[in-house]
Amino acid sequence: MKKKVLTTPIKNEDLQDIKTGEIIYLSGTLVTCRDVAHRRLIEENIPLPVDLQGMAIFHAGPIVKDHGNEDYEIISIGPTTSMRMEKFEKEFIEKTGVKLIIGKGGMGENTEEGCREHKAMHVVFPAGNAVLAATKVERIKEVHWKDLGMPESLWVCEVKEFGPLIVSIDAEGNNVFEENKVEFNKRKEEQFERISKQVRFIK
Amino acid sequence: MSKVQNVEKMTNLMSKFISLVSYKLPKDVEKRLKELSEEETNPLAKVIYETMESNQELAYDLKRPSCQDTGVLQFMIKCGEDFPLIGQLEKILRNSVYKSTQETPLRHNSVETFDEYNTGKNIGNGTPSIFWEIEENSDEVEIYTYMAGGGCTLPGMATVLMPGEGYEGVVKFVLDRMTTYGLNACPPLLVGVGVGTSVETAAMNSKKALMRPVDSVNENENAAKLEVLLEDGINEIGLGPQGLKGSKSLMGVNVVNTARHPSTIGVAINTGCWSHRRGKITFDRNLNFEIGTHVGVAL
Repeated sequence: MKKKVLTTPIKNEDLQDIKTGEIIYLSGTLVTCRDVAHRRLIEENIPLPVDLQGMAIFHAGPIVKDHGNEDYEIISIGPTTSMRMEKFEKEFIEKTGVKLIIGKGGMGENTEEGCREHKAMHVVFPAGNAVLAATKVERIKEVHWKDLGMPESLWVCEVKEFGPLIVSIDAEGNNVFEENKVEFNKRKEEQFERISKQVRFIK
Repeated sequence: MSKVQNVEKMTNLMSKFISLVSYKLPKDVEKRLKELSEEETNPLAKVIYETMESNQELAYDLKRPSCQDTGVLQFMIKCGEDFPLIGQLEKILRNSVYKSTQETPLRHNSVETFDEYNTGKNIGNGTPSIFWEIEENSDEVEIYTYMAGGGCTLPGMATVLMPGEGYEGVVKFVLDRMTTYGLNACPPLLVGVGVGTSVETAAMNSKKALMRPVDSVNENENAAKLEVLLEDGINEIGLGPQGLKGSKSLMGVNVVNTARHPSTIGVAINTGCWSHRRGKITFDRNLNFEIGTHVGVAL
């Protein structure tokens, strides 16, 4: 099967045939953006120093080697729990025009709405695979908000066929994690019934 | 060698050991991941296992931390009363974390609370955390080094149940945590369950549980039974790698238990992600060392 590669700037029509559960790759500009960056834009109303229209963000805090003279190298980079950004993401998509959000685990209703209304997607990079991810980063183009420290700075990366990225929320707002959750909770109740009968050690 | 020289030697060795733990998984985890990958039938889950395998190979070849989140370092030490550097050990471990952070490099993961700034050194007030046990008639020290990222630290929780809730309450507590936080903690997980009298005894037990090999079995028959029941039960829920469904969701469940107050059951859960970076190193009084958790490695 041919690799499905999205290239920035991403347009709405690039996303229309991609469904949840599909695997895609990204080439172009990817900016790390996590807790405090979201908080600054949404709650503190501080404008982002990077234009994200049609771009991709990565919920990630990398390990970066500083070679001096603004020359940096990504050593390890991987996704962090996306759910922490849930309360900000809808507004974030609206304000920035970002098209692809890369992270770990699911996101909720707020992000679903943002993806549906403004045509964006949330995708999962298999977490813990930070060296593989680092080898897909061609170079660091810029860094902003270094006052936040290494993990929270905005690292503007140029990536080539970055992935595999598993679509968790598509541009229609379908959400694979929310769908799975219903099934998981049902099975959990069944398992509780089964196990609890066998652990009556206090008699 | 003088004491000063020995302190320097041990700091260097520990710095290298921390580095090793960041780029290579212990043998029990490597073995279990291989088994899980071979057994997996879900195509998406298989892609994830393949990604994991190539990442670990790259990390080892390039000597880079396999996961970017290298955690706040934790050490669980069992120190002989006659180990010559017993008084210097905390300083040695702290300095070795700083050194390894520069050299490996590791991520800067120490944020001072309330003042809310990243120290930029990966050490801070109370970090790395060091937990002690002292052993009589011994001149050795055994050090477990553990690197847990934020993702698998988040599901951690402790509570105190009433005896009326029984071990059924323990089961409910663990299962509930799996479907809410567990799926984001990078399954296949190692689940540590601590049972004791209060929150801190249970929590400590749950962390000790993560130091045990993934295929180890509790010596108590009932506790061992609970390990199997929970493991099968959580696998049946079907979270799969990355919580995107799959045949198995766990590397294992380890229970560590201590006695309890008649009126309470303290219970805690700690989870280790698939990238369970735990290493054990033992030094004798002359700083000859042995690595118990990793095969085919040198410092």
